[in-house]
Order: sequence, then structure tokens, then C-alpha cells
Amino acid sequence: MIEIDLRLQRGNFRLEVRCTLATPWTVVFGPSGAGKSTLLRLIAGLDRVAQPDSARIAIHGQYVQDTQTRLWKRPGSLPGQRATGMVTQQSALFPHLRVLQNVTYGLIHLGESARRQQALAMLELVGAAHLADRFPRQLSGGEAQRVALARALAPLPRLLLLDEPLSALDAGARDQLLLRLQPWLSERSIQAILVTHDAADALATDAEVALLHEGKLTALGPAGTILAEERARLLSRLAPKTKPRTGAKFKTK
Amino acid sequence: MDWQAVALTLKLATLTTAILLCMALPLAAWMTLGRSRLRPAIEALTALPLVLPPTVLGFYLLVLLGPRTGPGRALTALLGHPLAFSFTGLVVGSVIYSAPFAIQPIVAGFSAVDHALIDSAYLLSASKTRILITVLIPLAARSLVTAAVLAFLHTMGEFGVVLMLGGDIPNATRTLSIVLYNQVENFDYPAANHTALLLLTCSILALLAVYSRPARLFSGIGGSRD
Repeated sequence: MIEIDLRLQRGNFRLEVRCTLATPWTVVFGPSGAGKSTLLRLIAGLDRVAQPDSARIAIHGQYVQDTQTRLWKRPGSLPGQRATGMVTQQSALFPHLRVLQNVTYGLIHLGESARRQQALAMLELVGAAHLADRFPRQLSGGEAQRVALARALAPLPRLLLLDEPLSALDAGARDQLLLRLQPWLSERSIQAILVTHDAADALATDAEVALLHEGKLTALGPAGTILAEERARLLSRLAPKTKPRTGAKFKTK
Repeated sequence: MDWQAVALTLKLATLTTAILLCMALPLAAWMTLGRSRLRPAIEALTALPLVLPPTVLGFYLLVLLGPRTGPGRALTALLGHPLAFSFTGLVVGSVIYSAPFAIQPIVAGFSAVDHALIDSAYLLSASKTRILITVLIPLAARSLVTAAVLAFLHTMGEFGVVLMLGGDIPNATRTLSIVLYNQVENFDYPAANHTALLLLTCSILALLAVYSRPARLFSGIGGSRD
């Protein structure tokens, strides 16, 4: 369970989010510039919050950030101490390390063979085991994103933050991977928050949806309810046209 | 050719470069990874020798390291001899005077590393030391080579600080630039030409080595096949 209470100003943009994300899979949905990525970076602890802004974030009951009590300065509040994995659109793989070395990077606490075994299992999960010996420059965008996902999963975080992490994959491969990932995360009690501006992604996962618009949380609830309008719009696009377009000419043989 | 001066100059440049690299790496990492408000002050301080006349720096170091000041007396008691007019003093002066030539390329190299990689390392629980060793140094290796070459060459050709702080003591503080100055002062132009040519050749060869390095090895981060 993630408790979030954020109020901050970045230039002309104001982010105000107060909510509790309790379901195993939450989709943060909103147009570009709504503050979705900022929200994820704040949860991960990558962005600094200073007065007069305020941030209060608890992950599974443990406060990892509380500007009122300057908690961000205490042990446990740094990004690496939040047990949070994050994957963004930019895969950010270490270019000088092979795929396997990238995935084992966060497993320094394990012995060498356990590290390798865990990394290979994660690569297998995301369908990238055959890429283990390659360098990131030898990967396609989609392959790099799969590897970045494996790297974030390898240390078994308690929270997984996904910022359009599979944008380079085609819709079929993306859905397939998400469907494989959801039960795997659920078995390990890893909560996930997926950021997207694509309604199809949000609807495919059948999760709780947090609707973000211009920095404000406008709705939170089941995908079917919150995105009913978006679903209708998508379905209307797929509906076959019954009438020929005005002025269109058809050749008949 | 004064081979004693050549050996002394090489020893001074090597020691100075080694000390500067050891100092510059953590300092540059602190500047890149830290969020301290002291950063502009430290940057200004480390860049000061670039704009300060060497004689000014040499004079203050002479005073500071000499027997008239508390730190100078403490150092004399610690080492058993005054730092001024000694090889050790020369090393201290060279380290300060050549510092910007080592620090600035490394800071620039570290700052050019994609911050998303640093964020990834943080999220994977890497400490700042681990990020320095496993991410910053490998990805900014070119900057490290540039820093080492510049610091080495700058120390080799140093004159003002050496003269002010070390004087002209054979086998202790007489470096190649002092030898060259003495040769010109004595109108021994052929010998001066040899000394100057040696310094010029060293500089050209080192700079050629820096600029003819192979293209970046790690240029792509995914997407190359798309």
C-alpha cells in the first residue's frame, strides 16, 4: 500500500496528489505533461523536495519521505533504500556492461552463482535470456526495455514503478509481457504502478486507475469505470464504417 | 642536456599527476553526484590557479610553507625540514597549481554521463563510491586520460611557482624550465634549444596521443537496430 500526499510547485506546474494506492496493480493515466513521471520520480526518491513544497510518502506503512519531519535526510529514505524498482521509457542500461552484468548490478549482496542464476531467471521472465552476452548497443529499443525491466525486477523490490517501460514493443508483445508479469508480481507481493498516456494499456491490465490531469488527481477507481469514456472512444474507432464516405467512388467489375 | 633536471622534472610531474588524480576523482564525483551548496565555492577555488599569476601563488605558498607561519612551522617539525626550497614543497606547489588541469576535465567528463544511468545505479542500491567506480570512471575514461596528460604536461613546463617556491637547487628543485631559463640567461642558445625542443616534443607527442584516441567505445544505449 502506497500513501501519497504531495504538494509542490515546479515553475508554472503545480502537482497536488493525495491518495492511497492499495491494489497490487495501479495505472496512472493522463495526458502528456500531467505530472505522471514527476509523481513516479518522487515516489522513487529521485527528485528532491524542499520547503515550501511538501511531500509525505509511505510504502507499505513505512514513511520514506516526510518533509515536515525532514525524514528524507534519515536512513531508509534514499532511492536505493526504498526497495523500489523503476523502469522508464529510456532503458538507461549501463552501456559498458553486458546484459547479464546489467541485470546483476543490483544483486551485489548475493554470491556470484546466486547472482547469475537470479539474473538469468529475470531475463527468462521478460523473454530476453538469449541476449545475456550482448552489450546494450547491440540491442533494439524493445530488447533494451525488456532487459531494463529484468534489471529492475532482479533485486525483488517491494514496489515496481513503470513509466511507459515497454513503449518500444509492439502492442501484442507488450500485452503478452504484461500478462506474464502481473501474476509473477502478485505471487511475490510486489506492488506495481504503471504510468501511461495510452488508454489501451490502462484497460488491458484491468487495474485500479488513477486519473491525473494538469498535476491534480481527478479520479481513482476501477479501470472500467474511470476509463469508460476512453473505452467507448477506442471501441468507436474500431467499429466498421457502414456508410461509404461522401463523394467516394467504388469501381465494380 | 641536464639529465638530472630531466629526471627530476619527470619525477615531479609523475608524482603530481598521481596525487592529483587521487584527489580529483572523489572531488569530481562529489561535485557531480552531490547537491551541496558549497559546489560553486569549491569550483571557484579549484579554478583559481588558472587565472592567478604563478608568482602570486608561489609567493603565498612560500610564506605559508615557510618558518614564519604556524602551518609552516608545524610542517617543518613533522617532516624534519622546511617545505620551502625542497622537492616536497615543489610537489605541494605543483599539485595546487596544476589542480584545475586535472579536476576540470574529470568534472566535465562525469557531468556528461547520462544522469539516467546514475539514477538507475541509485535505484539499484549503489553507493556513491560504487557509482564512481562502476559507472562514472568507465564512462568518463577519456576525460581521465585528458586530465592526466594535461596535469603532467602542465607540471613539466611549470616555471613561476617552481622558481618562487623551490629556487634553483640542483637535484632538488632545478626542473627543466629552470634549466632553460638559466641557459637563456647565460646566452647558451644551443643548449637552450635542446631543452626547449625536448619540452616541445614531449608536449606534442602527449597531445597527439590524447587527440588521436579511438572514437567512443560506448556510444549507443539500445535502439541501434531499430
